[in-house]
Parts: sequence; C-alpha cells; structure tokens
Amino acid sequence: MTTDTRPGAVPADQPAAAPAPLIVTPDGPTRGRAMSGAPPRREGPAKLTGAALYTDDLVFPGAWYGTTIRSTEPRARLLAIELDPAFDWSKVAVVTAADIPGDNVVASIAADQPILVPVGGEIRHQAEPVALLAAADRETLRQARSRVRLRTEALLPVFDPLASTLEFAHYDLAKGDVEAGLAGADLIVEGTYRVGHQEQLYIENNAMIAVPRPDGGVAVHGSLQCPYYVHKALRRGLAIDADQAQVIQAETGGGFGGKEEYPSMIGLHAALLALRTGKPVRMIYDRHEDLAATTKRHPAIVTHRTGVMNDGRVVAQDIDLLMDGGAYTTLTPVVLSRATIHAGGPYDIPNVRIRGRAVMTNTPPNGAFRGFGAPQSEFAAETQLNRVAEAVGMSPLEIRRRNVYRLGGITPTQQVLRGGVAGAEVLERAAEASEFERVRSRTAGARSGRTSRDRTARGIGLALAWHGAGFTGSGEAKMGSVVSLELSADGGVRILTASTEMGQGTKTILPQIVAAELGLPFEAVEIAPQDTALVPDSGPTVASRTAMVVGGMLIGAARRLRDEVEGRTGRPFAESYRDDARSHGSTRIDQAFEPYPGVGFDDATYTGDAYPAYGWAAAVAEVEVDLDTAEVAVISVVAVDDVGRVIHPVLCEGQVEGGTLQAIGYATIEEIKLHDGRYLNDRLQTYLIPTALDAPRIETILVESPFKDVPHGAKGVGELPMDVGAPAVIAAIHDATGAWIPDLPATPERIMAALAGIAPPDPPGISTASTAWVADATADADPGAER
Amino acid sequence: MTYRLTINGASTEVAVPGMRRLLDVLREDLGLTGAKEGCGEGECGACTVLLDGAVAVSCLVPVCQVDGCDIRTVEGLGRGATGTGATTGATDAATDAADPQLGPLQRAFLETGGAQCGICTPGMLMAGEAFLASGAEPTEQAIREAIAGNLCRCTGYTKIVEAIALAAARQTELGA
Repeated sequence: MTTDTRPGAVPADQPAAAPAPLIVTPDGPTRGRAMSGAPPRREGPAKLTGAALYTDDLVFPGAWYGTTIRSTEPRARLLAIELDPAFDWSKVAVVTAADIPGDNVVASIAADQPILVPVGGEIRHQAEPVALLAAADRETLRQARSRVRLRTEALLPVFDPLASTLEFAHYDLAKGDVEAGLAGADLIVEGTYRVGHQEQLYIENNAMIAVPRPDGGVAVHGSLQCPYYVHKALRRGLAIDADQAQVIQAETGGGFGGKEEYPSMIGLHAALLALRTGKPVRMIYDRHEDLAATTKRHPAIVTHRTGVMNDGRVVAQDIDLLMDGGAYTTLTPVVLSRATIHAGGPYDIPNVRIRGRAVMTNTPPNGAFRGFGAPQSEFAAETQLNRVAEAVGMSPLEIRRRNVYRLGGITPTQQVLRGGVAGAEVLERAAEASEFERVRSRTAGARSGRTSRDRTARGIGLALAWHGAGFTGSGEAKMGSVVSLELSADGGVRILTASTEMGQGTKTILPQIVAAELGLPFEAVEIAPQDTALVPDSGPTVASRTAMVVGGMLIGAARRLRDEVEGRTGRPFAESYRDDARSHGSTRIDQAFEPYPGVGFDDATYTGDAYPAYGWAAAVAEVEVDLDTAEVAVISVVAVDDVGRVIHPVLCEGQVEGGTLQAIGYATIEEIKLHDGRYLNDRLQTYLIPTALDAPRIETILVESPFKDVPHGAKGVGELPMDVGAPAVIAAIHDATGAWIPDLPATPERIMAALAGIAPPDPPGISTASTAWVADATADADPGAER
Repeated sequence: MTYRLTINGASTEVAVPGMRRLLDVLREDLGLTGAKEGCGEGECGACTVLLDGAVAVSCLVPVCQVDGCDIRTVEGLGRGATGTGATTGATDAATDAADPQLGPLQRAFLETGGAQCGICTPGMLMAGEAFLASGAEPTEQAIREAIAGNLCRCTGYTKIVEAIALAAARQTELGA
C-alpha cells in the first residue's frame, strides 16, 4: 500500500525493513539516520516549533480556574460538606452532587461511579471527587480549597483483593480436560506471580477546559483518547442533547490508555463548573493530582499449575487470575476478559482451564493501560514457562518451539487460528538476531565460574506473546463505528473520524492509507479535527484498533468514493476528482463497520473468535545485575513484532521502542506503594520511569503476517511490545543470578531477598493498613457485607 | 518589579513578582507556550529552556534570578526565528515541504521520528541544542547523558538519540 510496504515477511538477511541501524562505535562518533520514503509526521512541524496547542496552551479570555475537593479516606460515609462561614464565598463557585442536572454517574460499563460523592453517600476510595470549586484567579481558589471540610464517618475498607467479597466480573475458559492432562504429565510445575499498579505517565497531565454554549450546552476541549466517551458522559451527567454536548480534542501529550476513561470524569467536572459560572473553566491537573486520582494498570495475582512431558510438550495449564479493579467497575470487566483470554500465552496446549476474576478494593479505580490486562497475565505465563523449561532441562527457546501456536491451532475459546499466525517466526527471528543460544551458553559459563570477587553478572532472557487485535469478542460489532470521507466542493479530500492522535501516528497513517487507495499524494488528503460537531463516532482510540479497524473502514470509504467519482467522470479518480467536485459539488461517503466474514463470538458461552486476528511479539533482553546492590541495568533488547502490515516504518518502530521501554520500566522500577488505600509515591520525584540512561539499545524487527479480512492487512502495533518486555527482563535476571523474581517490579529488595533465600518484601499492589483497621478487620469477619 | 530579558534574541521587559516562575512568565505573560509543565518540580524536563546557553528547568527558576539573561526557547529554534545561530542544514525535500521554517535539529527530529506525542519535544530540543553547541563528541552515551534530565514516555529515546546524532553529523559536515 505504501511504497515502503514489503509483501510478506521480511527475509532474514534483509533487515532493510527500516534504514540501516544507528552505527555506534564504543568511543567514536555516532551517526543518526534519516527516514526515507514514508511521509513526515503530519503534525510534526507544529510539535517541533512549539506551535502545537495542548489543552493548557489554549487561551479562553475570562476563563476561571477549577479544582476538585477529594476524599482523604479510603472508605467513609459522607455526612456533610462544610464551607467555612468566615470565608467570603461570593467570589467562588461551589458545585456538589446536589447540583448535577442529570444522572450522578460517569457513564461507562456499569453505573456505579458517581461524578461527585453525594452527601449521605459512600466514599469508596482515597482522592475520590466530592465537590468542585472555581474562581477567577488561582489565589482565591487556593484559599477557598483550604476552607472546605468534609465531615465523614469512617467505614471499614477492603484492601486485599483475596479478601474482597464484591466481584466485578469473572470468566471461565476450558479446553480439553485439565485434570486428566495434569494426571498424565511427567512433571507438574506450580507458581504464583504478582504484579502491582503501573502509571501511564504521559508527560502531559490530564486537562480539560469547558466552555458554555449559547444553546445551554457545553463545549469541552481536552486531552483525551475517546471524544465520544466524553460526549456520552456529558449527555448523561448534564441531561443535555447530543447537539448541546461538543467535545474537541486538543493536541494530546500521550495517553497509553490513561486518557481513555478518566477524561469523562474531568470533562463533567469542568462542564458543571462552566454551566454554574457561565464562564470557561480550566481543569488542568498537576502531576500530583494526576498520579493520586487517575487510573492505573490493574494489579494481579496469577497462579499456574502446568503439566509437562519430559520432551517439553506442555499438556495442561491450570490458571487462576485475580485482578484488583479498585473501587469502581470502570473498564475492569473488559480488561479482565483480555487478561483471561491471553493468560495461557501463545501456546497450543490440549488441556487448559483459566479462571479469571476481578474484585473491588477501596483503592482508586484501575483502568486502561497499553496491553489492557494482557501484560499482567502474559508476564505470569512466560515466567511460568521459563520455569517449566528449567524443570525439564530444556532451553527457553526450544520449549517455545514445541508449544507455540501454528496455523490451525485452537485457542482456549475454541477459536481456530486461520491465518496470520507468526509466533514461530517472531521467535526464530528474535533468537537469531540476538544470538540467543550462543549468548546463553556464554552467560551459563560465566555463572558457573563466578567467584565472590565478581561484582556484576550478565544474563539473557526470552519472551514470546500474542495479542488479540482490536476489541475482544463482539465488542467491535456492537460499537457500530462510522468513518466518513468527503470530497468537498473545492476539490479537497478529507477524512472525518473520531480516532485521535496522541503520538502514535493516527494523523499520518490514516491519510497515507486513503492517499494510497485513491492514488493521490499524501499531502492531498486532509484529516478533520477530532471535534464531535464535525466527525462521526469511529469508536474509541484504544485496543490497537485504529490502523486495522478504522484504516480498513477508510479503505472501504475510499473505494466507494472512487467508484462514485469515476462513474461520473469516466476517468481515473486522481485525474478527475477536482473536475467532479467542480461540476457535481461535494460527495460524502459514510462507511459503517462491517463485521469480518466468518468471525463470530458467543458472549453467553464465552467461546468463538475472541479476536479477528492476533499480533505476535518476541523480545530478547540482556541485563547486567550489580551483585552488591542488586540493581538491574537492561543493556539491550531485540524486539520482533508481527504487525500484519507496516504502514509507516518509522512510526511503527517508534511504537515498538516506546512500548518496550514502558515494559522495562514495569519490570524493573515502576511500582506504586499504598498505605490506607492512598498512593504514597504520587509525585514524579517518587514514581520513577526510565530516563535515556536507563533505556537500552532497542533493535526492532518488524514482521508482516497480514490479516486477510482487511485490504491493507494491518493488525495493529501499539500494545504488542508491552506484553513481552517484562518477562524477557525477568528471565534475563534469572539467567544472570539464578534467582526467579515472581513479583513485579524486580526491585533490588526483591532480588536480594531471592538471592538470600529469605521472604520477599510486601507484595506489589496491595495497600498496607493502619493498625486501627487491622484490629477492626479481625473483629468484623465480613468487611464487604454492608455494601 | 520589572525584569529585562532577552528572549530568542529580542529584548523584552516584564513587570511581575520576582518569585513568579520563569515558566509562567514565558507561557502566560509572554504567550510562549512551547515550554510545557509536566511535573512542576524539575523532574520531567518538559519546561527546559536555555539560560545564557545552559539548560535549565524553567519551573524551578524564579524570574528574579534571570534578570538580564539571554533565554532561548523552542520558539527560537526555527530557521526564520531570530537569535538562532544555526541557519543551514542538509535538507530533505519532503520535510522541507512539510515546514520550511524548521531548524537543523528540528528537521532531524522530524526525519528520524524523534517526536511522537510532542509534549517532551520542546524541552528535549533545547537539551539537544545545548549538546550540539557544546561541541562534545556525539557518542551515543554522551547524547544520552545530555538528555537524561528530560523524560519521554513515547519513544523509548532511541529515535531522539538518533535525531541528535544526525544533527551533530550534519553540523560536522558543514563545519568541515
């Protein structure tokens, strides 16, 4: 489709998928490389000159500043919101739940999360929104904040997901007979893996500005992934018509799932204040508020029991998965669904049982983050498989060769893999590019010859994953997405879609796709702003679905537009569309999503085609562990990702590199500690992400095993690399030290404990509690009972 | 108090409280919104500007400390902008067409894919610009150290390092 796209997989001897890699000599100068062929990022010049306008850069004359009063307890009855009578409230707007014109609900899967906790209602987590304030200047607002008191009655919180009695969702998957499979196995390996929260940490904090409209509605400008999610939330919470609610995406400084759902909450807050004051109201979170209040990756506890034969064939997987949803449902059922389906890893095992459950705790709600449940469950699956390989004395590479899905493989949802099955290919490419076995024999030699004088240890680790492309199950069919393509009367070709740009390249690849289909230069295809007053609902920008689903719909629209124009002019589109626009006027094509033929999923039995296609990823990480401090340095990563079809090599590599580093952060340093349900490291001084010095060299190899039901074959790329980085690093730490670290992140404390053979530090993701509550919990055996 | 600043080559005066953050002076008083606030505590580097040629996080600098200073921001990096030393660079037809005003480092970022969401980019460019001006040998390690105070969550840094290396190589070619 583009001139850069290569048919089929890239041959092994031709890493020309991209320009030559950065050439680096240890001490000498290094040379960068230039992109060739593919167009430059559409909005790149604006971003590079400072001209791009992010939400906080937008100026609305006369705008007020808004702020949120939040709970400071994990669970309580809200008795009253008290405003200090000694303060002059005439210059401050105050909004509480009583002022909400519509339903006091942030529209999502369930109707359990309030916009603001009502008086008499229950506070369910720390940093939960209770009241809103706005003032014309920041100083007045700051003073007003300190004059609001929440009167509450403490209730007993639940922090341990294992003790929670409120279940948000559960799924059971079965294939074959797991008990018989385990009974017939030569060896059974058991393991428990625990992962904590991870913050998306987009560098632009959440931000929304609401502007009252003359029709009584409101326009919300903001940093967001899903304009129509916010639109739906505004309609319900404000009880306004679709036309009165307008959502406009500003330039968005990263999302990674973190701006999928919470913008609905902030948009409602800003809108409530704007309607109250009649002024534009700015709700710009600072980093502390963003970290303290917005959604994180779900913590999880995964238990595996694996039956394996001496020849490395895995014959049974019995998997229990528990996710902590936090205080409200949000997107948890869908996250759990993806986590459950991916929990066995990319392996064709005859007997499988997977039981997934997500529960409530009195902690801030968890939500979408790149990978959407799969990184948690695939970290466990891959680490377990590496331990199984060790138990049967087999190489991690060889055990994967013997179990990976091939064409015709059957998944735990009874899906038959009919095409685009590239697990074996990405595995071999990664092993080859990293010289996995050769390096591994070297590290093994170093390990056996190690003396107490050695200060560092090197290791290499491998991981393999699959990632379902697009929504799970019947999600896409139910969404009913629409895109439009317009040939305007002045001869412009314009894409109308709600799909957002947040750095991943939407505004570049969608015009590329349409231009290629119509035979036009890239520059000739425009993309309209993501403004709900202009563009149809193309579904949310999530689930790595934009290139595959929205791109596929746009090709359909482009073909219809071309046929219509060529039917009128009798000449090729590229030569005749301007004439057609002049003589015929504008033409608009609305293209709705059409389910892929032969793809079906039964929600009731939870069986069928869980995804229309799967992407496949392998990563090989090399690490150096400091044997004195147990610090881990990730030195290099080879990342091999099958994305179906590469639309833009540079942007695609950028997705793999960025996702890989997020996964390395997840594996090594990113952890949130909680006490009494509050995030303790809720500042950027204490929540750490990798810097340029922490980041390894990342070599990306793109593989193309296309999805045949979309014309361009793309399967998506955004989430794939997030699934493999962490288990590859943990395997490398084991290769270096001999220690398995079953809890993420593998901090020096956890590694030292494993090396010393002592109990690990507290598990990740579970809040410690004040002694008063621990005592109460002992007295009250069923803390969830009053809910 | 009134403070005199030279911003991207142009002299200006601002009458603001001395403890007002330079970042707020730039963004709110002077309308230069290129520098971003990512954390407000000097950790992320999104607000990085050059003070008399040295990198500084403008969220931690009160304006009273920069009276009389020469300040450069991302708005001053373009070829048409004043106060930039760099005026030429090897070019590429596609990126030229995309924006003829880009300076050499900006152009290198566009070509290699060094900017994704773009929020760290203004600060990252200033750190890169200071590195290029330092004349240091552009090894990968040296480039990584030069941008270690600037967090990026999108790129994994690989393409940012490549962009700075590319700009450095072109600078060397031009100087040779």
